[in-house]
Amino acid sequence: MNYLYFLYIEFLQKHGIPKLFGDITFYVIPFCIIFGALLVVILALVLAERKLLGFFTQRKGPNRVGYWGLLQTLADAFKLLCKENITPARVDRFLFNLAPILVFIPVMAAVGIIPYSAEFTFVNTQTNVILYLILAAFPILSVFLAGWASSNKYSLFGAARSISQVLSYELPITFVLLSVVVLASSMNMTGITMAQFSKWGMFGWFVFPCILGFIIMFISILAELNRCPFDLPEAESELVCGYNTEYSGMRFALFYLSEYAMLFANSMFMAILFFGGYLSPFGKYLSNILFGETPFASVLLYFEQAGWLFFKASLLIFVIIWIRATLPRLAAFDLLKFSWVVLLPLSIINLFIVVIYKFILGGLA
Amino acid sequence: MTSSLRLNLGPQHPSTHGVLRLLLELDGEKILSCEPEVGYLHRGMEKMAEKMSYIQYLPLVDRIDYLAGFFYSELLCGVVENALEVELPDKVRAIRVMLLELNRISSHLLWIGAFLMDLGAVSPFFYAFREREMILRYFEKLTGQRMMYNYFVFGGVRKDIEYLEDVEEILSILPEKLDDYEKIITENPIFLMRTKGKGILEPKTALNYAITGVNLRASGVDYDYRHSDPLYKGFDFRAVVMDGKDSWTRYKARVLEIKESMNIIHQALVYLKEAGKLEQKLINPLNLKLPEGDYIREIEAPRGLACCYVKSTGEDKPYRLKWRTGSYYSVNLLRELLKGEYLNDAIAIAGSLDIILPEVDK
Repeated sequence: MNYLYFLYIEFLQKHGIPKLFGDITFYVIPFCIIFGALLVVILALVLAERKLLGFFTQRKGPNRVGYWGLLQTLADAFKLLCKENITPARVDRFLFNLAPILVFIPVMAAVGIIPYSAEFTFVNTQTNVILYLILAAFPILSVFLAGWASSNKYSLFGAARSISQVLSYELPITFVLLSVVVLASSMNMTGITMAQFSKWGMFGWFVFPCILGFIIMFISILAELNRCPFDLPEAESELVCGYNTEYSGMRFALFYLSEYAMLFANSMFMAILFFGGYLSPFGKYLSNILFGETPFASVLLYFEQAGWLFFKASLLIFVIIWIRATLPRLAAFDLLKFSWVVLLPLSIINLFIVVIYKFILGGLA
Repeated sequence: MTSSLRLNLGPQHPSTHGVLRLLLELDGEKILSCEPEVGYLHRGMEKMAEKMSYIQYLPLVDRIDYLAGFFYSELLCGVVENALEVELPDKVRAIRVMLLELNRISSHLLWIGAFLMDLGAVSPFFYAFREREMILRYFEKLTGQRMMYNYFVFGGVRKDIEYLEDVEEILSILPEKLDDYEKIITENPIFLMRTKGKGILEPKTALNYAITGVNLRASGVDYDYRHSDPLYKGFDFRAVVMDGKDSWTRYKARVLEIKESMNIIHQALVYLKEAGKLEQKLINPLNLKLPEGDYIREIEAPRGLACCYVKSTGEDKPYRLKWRTGSYYSVNLLRELLKGEYLNDAIAIAGSLDIILPEVDK
């Protein structure tokens, strides 16, 4: 990252532009890139989900707009853009409009701190695992604002459910995260990724010593994403649409799209914690195997590493969609009980197991 | 903070299966009281009958319950046949029973899909619709209509039965598909959590609220009108009676009832394949006048006992015609069943009763 920064400053200075300008814009550019890339990813994800759900239920999925329905989500997004933004009477106008704007910010920040390849993280801080955790829990604020400001009873129920859900599933996530931090001896995502590197490729991944943790994490992330079977906050058959019942047009689209963005970010996060992030599962990278130690291979390596991360994330997303196609929704109180009675104790036990494992490994070495 | 929250669930709501309106009084998510309000789909079916001759009314009755049209044609035809004391030939009976049972299966299949949709599972809906589609295709081939058949006429059926091989195919495919549903639904832990022990319907309450059909039999009361129905004479089947009283039992009972219906269809099919050409004496519908008196015909419809009552003064139209439909009583039951439940269980419980609004409002 520093390398890129200096390159950028040098480039600007060559053209006589002051360093201050470079300092400021350097952090703006990645966000523009993230925003563009994220939009593409979201559109692809929405389409993928609809296609996959179609295949799971023996339908064809969207196949009218564009070849194989590829432009369907684009058309939907365009339609939502054209729609009227209705602000119902007796809502808290300021909060009502603020909520959909707020919902996208933490998602973009969260995507920005993920290491895509060894040298490429937009913003790399020492303890970005903690930072990520905070950002991932942040959308709940706008969910609550939306539910509260809508002055709609269904929205209020959705928001209340959402808050209690996230509060009770944040704790298991934190404990699992602690165990990963113990394993990696690092609070940095690049550090965690590097700690999973081994000669035997995938056998160094943390999913093996920490399989229990992974399962807990996966379930909790489902809950935090409001995905089936934990989609209570927007349970269509009960709460119409939950917290975003009153939203229409682009405001609704922002909520909808941010959910998919968060799904993508959280899948990448899980891939980093448990599946070696951008590391190749074979120990050696394909670009090195194919092209040796040439400069071309080293450029290709960046893309290959990002490709591995995306691949692992999309496998996780596939499983999440698969679950959605299979399971009914949990009841609100079972959901909370499940977290406090099952997941939380298990995640603490998992932490102990991992600490003992780490101690034995350290003792041997 | 002791005031309760009034929530107006419906009439436009994704899970009220049409236009049911429930006025709920909530404390948090706990339901203190429930006041069902019906009538949003009222079409004046009973009043209309008083202005029409019987044959004019016949095509309308399919619309009382759009998922089980045959049952209501059968009721009106049955009333007329009872009044004129017409004995149906065996072949006509077999045709009617076969179509009724196929209709029952299609109705239960739709219910399975819709119920699971209420619980938040998307896929079973499409799976159930896939099998229902086979049945509807057959109905369309036979009667020209997918849902409003108008196939039964006074004294018989409109034309001879055809395409029996399609029914055979349905019978051969359905069992394995049912096993598939059971694999994905019946023992699913989340499904069990949502339905087992939820919405307990005591037999006494059920009888007091005049609940019939699967809902009653799932509470352990052995009452199936088909056993005393002259139409079903000669068919060998047993009523599905289960003793669980909860939503899960109502689900399971419907699945088992589909299997029982397949058994009945199979018997009818065997008979129909042997039987010769259709010979029936149709009642001339023109200038049809029922002799003065009260006539009634009951049938075991998918959503409980359905009944058609006609008071005739000897004219060509009924003096008064009254329908009794199963769902109407189930809606009333919600008052009792939803009290003290949580909102998301309420949807599951209401779903498990199989309420169809056009049938409630008539």
